Amino acid sequence: MNNKKIGDVILDLKGISLSFGGVKALSDISFDVREHEVRAIIGPNGAGKSSMLNVINGVYSPQQGEITFRGKHFHKMSSRQVAEMGVARTFQSLALFKGMSVLDNIMSGRNLKMKTGVLAQMLHFGPAAREENEQREYVEKIIDFLEIQSYRKTPVGRLPYGLQKRVDLGRALAMEPSLLLLDEPMAGMNVEEKQDMSRFILDVNDEFGTTIVLIEHDMSVVMDISDRVVVLDYGKKIGDGVPDEVRNNPDVISAYLGVAH
Amino acid sequence: MTVNHSVTANQTAAVADGTAFEQVSALGNSTFPRLFLQHCAVRPDAPAIREKDLGIWQTRTWRDLRGEVEALAGGLLSIGFQRGANLALVGENRPRLYAAMIAIQSLGGVPVPVYSDAQASEIVYVFQNAEIAFAIVEDQEQVDKMLEVRAGHAGLAHIVYDDPRGLRNYDEAALLSYDKLLELGRQYASANPGFLQAQIDEGSPDDVAAMFYTSGTTGSPKGVIHTFRNLISVSVVTSQSEGLDASDRLLAYLPMAWIGQNIFSYVQWLINGFTVHCPESQATVTADMRDIGPTYYFAPPRVYEALLTQVTIRMEDAASFKRKMYAYFMELAKRVGGKILDGDGSVSVADRLKYAIGNVLVYGPLRNVLGMSNIKLSYTAGEAIGPDLFVFYRSLGINLKQLYGSTETAVWVCVQPNGQVSAETVGPPVRGVELKIAESGEVLVRSPGLLREYYKNPEATAEVKDAQGWYRTGDAGYLDQRGHLKIIDRAKDVGKLANGALFAPKYIENKLKFFPFIKEAVVFGADRDRAMAFLNFDMEACGNWAERRNISYTGYVDLATRPEVVDLLRGCVEQVNADLAADPVMASSQINRFIVLSKALDADDEEMTRTGKVKRRFIATKYGTLVEAMYDGKSEQFLETQVRFEDGRVGMVSATLKIQDAKVVSPDAVKRAA
Repeated sequence: MNNKKIGDVILDLKGISLSFGGVKALSDISFDVREHEVRAIIGPNGAGKSSMLNVINGVYSPQQGEITFRGKHFHKMSSRQVAEMGVARTFQSLALFKGMSVLDNIMSGRNLKMKTGVLAQMLHFGPAAREENEQREYVEKIIDFLEIQSYRKTPVGRLPYGLQKRVDLGRALAMEPSLLLLDEPMAGMNVEEKQDMSRFILDVNDEFGTTIVLIEHDMSVVMDISDRVVVLDYGKKIGDGVPDEVRNNPDVISAYLGVAH
Repeated sequence: MTVNHSVTANQTAAVADGTAFEQVSALGNSTFPRLFLQHCAVRPDAPAIREKDLGIWQTRTWRDLRGEVEALAGGLLSIGFQRGANLALVGENRPRLYAAMIAIQSLGGVPVPVYSDAQASEIVYVFQNAEIAFAIVEDQEQVDKMLEVRAGHAGLAHIVYDDPRGLRNYDEAALLSYDKLLELGRQYASANPGFLQAQIDEGSPDDVAAMFYTSGTTGSPKGVIHTFRNLISVSVVTSQSEGLDASDRLLAYLPMAWIGQNIFSYVQWLINGFTVHCPESQATVTADMRDIGPTYYFAPPRVYEALLTQVTIRMEDAASFKRKMYAYFMELAKRVGGKILDGDGSVSVADRLKYAIGNVLVYGPLRNVLGMSNIKLSYTAGEAIGPDLFVFYRSLGINLKQLYGSTETAVWVCVQPNGQVSAETVGPPVRGVELKIAESGEVLVRSPGLLREYYKNPEATAEVKDAQGWYRTGDAGYLDQRGHLKIIDRAKDVGKLANGALFAPKYIENKLKFFPFIKEAVVFGADRDRAMAFLNFDMEACGNWAERRNISYTGYVDLATRPEVVDLLRGCVEQVNADLAADPVMASSQINRFIVLSKALDADDEEMTRTGKVKRRFIATKYGTLVEAMYDGKSEQFLETQVRFEDGRVGMVSATLKIQDAKVVSPDAVKRAA
């Protein structure tokens, strides 16, 4: 039934190494991400998954290695640059404005799309008002997509965790990203919330053609929704391939389950 | 001038000499597509239906809707839809599905609305039985279900879906998007101008309008067939008597497959031409209520109860001044609010003045929060409603009324007229409807709204409808002095006491359960000389009550044996007895003795159904020793029962249960007092 087209490589990471003082978080990691695919990064605690995402996202600058995004080479990327190139992310520990409504939180994701100045926006003057209406329409589409209409005006801090995660995803989607980075989108969720989130991730990938890179702990979820999986352990890449390959990879099994001596 | 008046005026003259039945039946001399075209002609730019989409209420006028219906009808014809075919509609209330209903009926087809939350395995029978080849569904969820249905019913050849989300990669040939269907239809319409009018002209009032499947507690679901005349006639009468008109607003939020929602938001919509509103999603209904401020509303008792609970909880958290103000004015409202609403002249000027102040400070804001500021008519039905609940809404000035009916009667059997409302009865029969109480206590109905038949099931039809057209409702009840019908129970559950008096256990159980302290009640007495009861108290309510009185307890079993709790429950039972004594039909059914069970009745122990109804017969057998002990006059009884724990293990629990006596009021005493 699923006959989506996976395109060319859009993000290529070569020989990335990152260390904090004497701690080697990532050593010599290379992998690529193709257009329209769901790419998972998995690994045990402390494997360097979040560091990897932060490198792609421009939060950390690797000491070595090269990043190629849509044909452009970088040694390091700045967060702003990354956002302008159509990369959005969600956070493991949510980074939402707790006191603001769901609507406003998602609107904040449209920030980069707004052209009018702060003053005009404050006065809600002419073009600024028109612009806000246009942006609001897009945000409403996301609200509809994520099925959170009934929480539109609710302050985010009052929502249960699973829904906050959904709002976080909504805010990232508001940037109309071509590449979406998800940092443990299902952490701390119950089974039902995980199913919902999986469906949203697949729908985003399917409806908008968004390329998705996600970090996840829960192996079963990852295997179900990903096209390809990278496995990290102690900052090294120990596996890379389609879910079935990775599942049967002896290094991966030993990293997750320990080795019989 | 509303459209229904013009329909009415033409017909009443012709049948002025007929009986009420025939007069009302003649009111149904139209079809929905014809009524629809009249509205399109009379009020083309008035809003017909609104839907909240992308956070904004999007309006379709009658003119817009006409265009959509024409395109849909054309589209259906171009994919091979034939006159007389059944078509399934699966989804929530959506303008597009409403347009589809009109389009199908215009083409002489029969819409079969299906519950959107039903599983494929539950509805596949319906598709087979009705030989459904076409389905119009809401979204991916329903499409998946239809594909599953198709595995058991290969005849389902066309599936039209409204929302394309998630369906991009489906390549089944049977699938067609709603937009594509409209496009086909526009082509058809431009090639065949005037086809819609011609199709509508072919229809007649006695054609089948729609089919509703009833769940049926036993056996397979049955398709209830209603003609246009069935659905329109009685609904015209109630629209008139309740004063509905084109200015009304209604929020359609219950399933379309349930005949009630269909009558309120489709049948009466096309009769009166008011505006129907579709909520954004099931979860936003309360917020949407506030947006719309409907004038016409329906909800089952549990919805009213949930709203009241919300209000009560919020009030308990409010500041002390507000809480006191609320308590004061609600007390006043309880005393005079209902009377003022009924136009009772006996309310003093001082009370009226105070009520007006309360209206500004409490009732008005409260109605606003509930989204009920503009309610002119609100119904409840389906199950018994607690008197406190009923009085609460009426005292706020919300015209909450009860009605009685079923799928087979096209809803309208009885409605409480304004000013004659009570929690006890469901009102007198609607004009044109005749009522008869059978020997067994069963309510029989004859009405122009009665189903024509069950689909392809003459045996079932013959079982419920006799040659003279009397329909057996399966409910037991009686008419009170004012001629209002009082429903007491399902007919099969009603028995007789040894002295021959009517015994309706569920009626008494409901009365008991209206007390917040009583969670469940099981009443015994069929073929016995007196009635007895088992009670389950409500842990939350009684626990709270006990804490406020500094009664310490360790748990459920402990609380069940506390004399204070037993006395509290005894008070409830005796109040019910006093109530029963006032009713000559029920006076003999007062509860003489009762037992507070030390274990909550549970579906896991098969004592209740999964839907939360007590299984009286099972309980009577399981706790037979207790029942006998009550009738033998013992004061306590040792009991050992099996319980099933949540992990599936089975254990034995034993206890000695005390049997309590309750005061019984002699009916003569009541008469003397009165």
